Amino acid sequence: MTDQSQYGEIARNGLWNNNPALVQLLGLCPLLAVTGTVVNALGLGLATLLVLVGSNLVVSLIRRQVSDAVRIPVFVMIIATFVTCTELLMKAYTYELYQILGIFIPLIVTNCAILGRAEAFASKNGLLPSTLDGVMMGLGFGAVLLVIGGIREILGHGTLFANMSLLFGPVAEGWQLTLFGDGQGLLVAVLPPGAFLVTGLLIALKNVIDGQIARRRAARRAPVARGSKRVRTTGTIS
Amino acid sequence: MVFTRASSPHGHAPLDTRRVMQYVLLATIPGLVALTWNFGWGSLINIVLACLVAVACEAGVMAIRRRPVIFYLRDHSALVTACLLGLALPPLAPWWLVVLATGFAIVVAKHLYGGLGYNPFNPAMVGYVVALISFPVAMTTWITPRDLLPEGVTLPGLIESVRIVFGFAGTGSVLDGITGATPLDAFKHHSGLLVEQIRAREPLFSEAEVASYGWEWVNLGFLAGGVWLLYKRVFTWHAPIAMLSALALMAMLFYDGGSSSSGGPVLMHLLSGATMLGAFFIVTDPVSSATSNRGRLVFGAAIGILIYVIRVWGGYPDAVAFAVLLMNFAAPMIDNYSLPRTYGQKKSRRATEKME
Repeated sequence: MTDQSQYGEIARNGLWNNNPALVQLLGLCPLLAVTGTVVNALGLGLATLLVLVGSNLVVSLIRRQVSDAVRIPVFVMIIATFVTCTELLMKAYTYELYQILGIFIPLIVTNCAILGRAEAFASKNGLLPSTLDGVMMGLGFGAVLLVIGGIREILGHGTLFANMSLLFGPVAEGWQLTLFGDGQGLLVAVLPPGAFLVTGLLIALKNVIDGQIARRRAARRAPVARGSKRVRTTGTIS
Repeated sequence: MVFTRASSPHGHAPLDTRRVMQYVLLATIPGLVALTWNFGWGSLINIVLACLVAVACEAGVMAIRRRPVIFYLRDHSALVTACLLGLALPPLAPWWLVVLATGFAIVVAKHLYGGLGYNPFNPAMVGYVVALISFPVAMTTWITPRDLLPEGVTLPGLIESVRIVFGFAGTGSVLDGITGATPLDAFKHHSGLLVEQIRAREPLFSEAEVASYGWEWVNLGFLAGGVWLLYKRVFTWHAPIAMLSALALMAMLFYDGGSSSSGGPVLMHLLSGATMLGAFFIVTDPVSSATSNRGRLVFGAAIGILIYVIRVWGGYPDAVAFAVLLMNFAAPMIDNYSLPRTYGQKKSRRATEKME
C-alpha cells in the first residue's frame, strides 16, 4: 500500500466509514449529554479532538518501549495528562463554557473512542499515520456532535449558534440566528430523549446513504447481461 | 356442563384486527360523551383532528415503505391510536399540539419500529408523553367542568371552540376564564391539609357524587366501554383488573387515615385522571403489553403500583402514560419468565432457554 492511499483510507475511516460516533458508537455519554446547543457540542468536540491527537501522537511514539502488560494504564495516564491540559486551557480561556460542560470535560478520560484509537491504531502504527488518525477520528466525532447540537438547538430553542461568544469571544456576539420565537421550542429535543432520537435518526440516515452508494456501485460494476439465460430445473447437473 | 343447541351454521368468525379496532372505537363513545358533556367540544375536535393527521401519516409512511396503502388503512389501527390520543389530550388544546403528538405517535413510535404489531411502546402514550414533556403548560391546561364554572361563564360553543383550537380567538382570553385544576392536580397542591379539609374546600370534590366532579363520569364512561369490550372478548380481564386492584391496594395502604400526608382516597385514584382510560384502552394494547395471562397480571399490577408512586411521590399529577411506557420496556422480560406451558410439555420453558 502506498502512503497516499493509506492516508486517504485513514481519513475516510475517521470521517465516514468507521466514524466513532455513528459506526463504532463510542463516546456516546458526552455525545448524548452535552449536544443541547452548537456551542456546547463544538466545545466538547474541540476538546476531544485535542486529546485524541495528543494521545495518539504520544502513544505512537512510545509504542515500542511499553510492554503489553502495562499498556492500558500507561495509555490512560497519557490520556489523563492531555485531558488535564485541555481542562486547564479551557479554564483559562473559555471559563463559562467550561462551567457549562462541567464534569464532561474530565470525563473525556473515560471516552472509549480515545482509548480505543490508542489501543487499536496508535499502538500499532507510526507517528504520522497515528496523528492523522487522531485528527480524522476527532473531526468525525466533532462533526457528528456539531450536527446533533445544531438539530437539537433548532428544534428545542428555535435558535442556531446562540452564545457562540463563549467560545470565540466578543467577535461572535452577533452570530445567533433566531428561527422562531422563544418558549415555543420542542422541549423534548433538548431533553435526553431528544439526543437519543436525533442520534438514531442520524445513524439511520448514514445507513440509507451507505446503502445507496453500495447499490450505485454494484450497478456500475456488474452490467446486466443481455439476452436470455436458460436455467436447468430438472434432472441432475453433470 | 350444559350444551346449548343452536341451529347451524355453528361457525364463528374470528375477531380480525379490523373488527377489534372497530369495537375499541365504539367502546370509547360513553367516555367521549361524558368528556364532551363536562368539558365542551374540545375532545371531539381533538379526535377529529388527530384522526385526520393519523390517517395522513399512516398513508404517507405506507407509500414511502411501498406497501398497499388502502389495505393498511382499513385495519383502523391508526384511527384507534388517534382516538385514544384525542381523548387523552386536554380539550381545546392548540391544533399544533394535537398534530405534533399524533404525528410523533404514528411516524416515530409506530412505523419507525416496524408498524402495527412491532412497536414496543404504545404509540398513543408515546405521543402523549412527548407532548407532555415538550409543552408542559399547554398539556396541563384543563377545562373546569361545566357546572363548576363561575357565575356567568359558559363553555364555548362548537364554532367558538374551533376558533380557540386554531388560534383565531385572540390570545387565551377565553381559555383563561374556563380553565382550572384537575382533581389530581388540586389534591396534589393542597399539602398540609387533611383530606377532609381539601374535600370541603375544593368544589371539584365537595360537589362530587363519589370521587371528583365531572371526572368520575368520564371514568365511569370508560369503565362501561371497557366492560363491554371485555364482554365482547376483545381482551382478557387480567391486565385491567390487576392494574385497578394494585392501584386500589396502594391507595388503601397509603391512605394514612386522611392525614395531611395522605396519598388520597381510593375512589379518587380509581375515578380521576386517566385511570379507567388507561386500564381498559391502554394497558390492554395487545402489541406492547405482556402476552400470557400470567404475564398480563404482573404487567397490569406493576402499572397500577407505578401510577400510584408517580402520582403521589412524583412530580406529575397523573402518571398513566409514564407507568405504561415504563412497563412496555419490561414487557419482554415479563414474557420471558411467564411463558405458558406448551401442550405436551412437562414444565414451561423460559423464552431464552436453548431448545434441545
